[in-house]
Amino acid sequence: MGKTPGYVRALQYSTLAFAVIIVFFPIYSIFVGAFKSKVEFYQSGLSLPENFFNFDNFKRVFKVGKLGLGFQNISIILAVTLTGNVIIGTMVAYALGRFDFALKKPIMALYLIAQIIPLVTTQVATFSVIKALGVYNTIKAPMLLYLGADVLQIVIYLQFVASIPKDLDENAMVEGASFFKIYRSIIFPLLGPATATLIILKTISIYNDFYTPYLYMPSQKLKVVSTAIYSFVGPNAAQLNVISAGILIIFIPTVVIFLLLQRYIFAGVTNGAVK
Amino acid sequence: MNISYKVQRYIILFGFLTVPLVLLCMFSLYPAVSLFYFSFTEWDGLGFDQKWVGLANYKEIFMRPEIFGAFKNNLYYFVGGILQTAIALYFAIILNGRLRGRYAFRVLLFLPYVLHSVATVIMFKNLYHAEYGSINVFLGAIGLESWQQMWLGNPKLVNYSLAFISMWKYFGLSMVIFIGALQSIPRDLYEASTIDGASSWQSFRFITLPSLRRVIELMLVLTLTGALEAFDIPFIMMLGANGTSTFVIQTVDMAFHFEKFGLASAMAVVLLFIVIFFIFIQRKVLFREGN
Repeated sequence: MGKTPGYVRALQYSTLAFAVIIVFFPIYSIFVGAFKSKVEFYQSGLSLPENFFNFDNFKRVFKVGKLGLGFQNISIILAVTLTGNVIIGTMVAYALGRFDFALKKPIMALYLIAQIIPLVTTQVATFSVIKALGVYNTIKAPMLLYLGADVLQIVIYLQFVASIPKDLDENAMVEGASFFKIYRSIIFPLLGPATATLIILKTISIYNDFYTPYLYMPSQKLKVVSTAIYSFVGPNAAQLNVISAGILIIFIPTVVIFLLLQRYIFAGVTNGAVK
Repeated sequence: MNISYKVQRYIILFGFLTVPLVLLCMFSLYPAVSLFYFSFTEWDGLGFDQKWVGLANYKEIFMRPEIFGAFKNNLYYFVGGILQTAIALYFAIILNGRLRGRYAFRVLLFLPYVLHSVATVIMFKNLYHAEYGSINVFLGAIGLESWQQMWLGNPKLVNYSLAFISMWKYFGLSMVIFIGALQSIPRDLYEASTIDGASSWQSFRFITLPSLRRVIELMLVLTLTGALEAFDIPFIMMLGANGTSTFVIQTVDMAFHFEKFGLASAMAVVLLFIVIFFIFIQRKVLFREGN
């Protein structure tokens, strides 16, 4: 490719800079707001806070906004769901990827159909299932709803299973290993990179989900991060500085995950689109 | 282990697939099927006293103009989504070149996608605040008081303000997907065309665009279905008030607020068919192109 002329480069950099400003203006404004006292917030506009060690807003939002409880509940949900989800996803991928049987295609089709159905709309009916199981307003409701594998997960796992040489299975069988042992000691470990990507993407999406906990766990004791900040903002809409502190704290976990594990996230996102 | 592999095969297939399939049926397929049944009944969502009313709910949907009228608000998210796709493609092409700092830019522009969604909406609620919101404060500070707006209070502006949040959050995602697709185009295609004397516009028009066709189509359908299902931004921001209610907000309200589960189910079925219709069209177009 030829060399890009200088004025084109300049244009490219200025549009990029503009986009970065648009992305970071909102984040900057809550970042500085989070460290300001109430009076300071309403008087100082967008300038830097007087004191970056003013953590009053953070203390307040933790206490009144129940963020601590929110983080605790979402951690429990994530730990249980992700463990179960990885086991279920790898099991399905092993069964579908390594065995030929009559129901294989219909099962894939069922997963595809489930993907097409817009989840928000079927909540009316899902709600009745959750109630019938007696788990409404318990922490088990979101756990059950997040547990199942989705088609994206299965497609990604199946690609990985296909790339594991069948020789490995056959050698193990010569040595007398059972199918379960092959799954546990060959397939499951070799799916590691895919599992890492999927865990990260699922963590972000479950952490972000508002609708499921809002609908299925209205109890005060079962607040997760999304529902906690949602109900905190309701009656306290005036205190923009305290709200800013809450937003900043809630942003931190996924930003840290993203910065440390970008490679997996980009791989998962790009993979997902090619399906 | 002395069980024959034939028996083991059955054990594995049965043992590994039962639980996942039960979950799939219970939380995805059964609700979808029962949705159809509910849509023909009158039901308050409690107990099992559904009353069969035939097509009455569907008639009501088509008789009450305000129900379909809500799709007008979904349109803002659709237009925003198309704009977002175009902007994302532009930046993807730039960042796919040999630009210094391209990895850093990719990370910075993708960042909004990983930010917590409810917190993001609330952040914009602060930003749009008429008196103390950062946008109006900023406009005041640089002497553009006349540009200050009631971003959420003005019914003519509010839907644009909300659709912008969706663009802000998802454009980095579209960009990264485009970059992935661009990287899968073989480099020698470009080299060959340069040797043949093609301009950079010509290589874009005759190599890049055709190779991206599939991804662009996919993104447009995702934009369309995403816009049809738009829900959380207007709901979290204003509970659908001030003329921001979308079709899904109306459906959810009908069910959980007005306790008309039958009518809500019928609305959900209508939406389901619209979404499936568009996915079907896309598949058709795709297969035709594939041959």
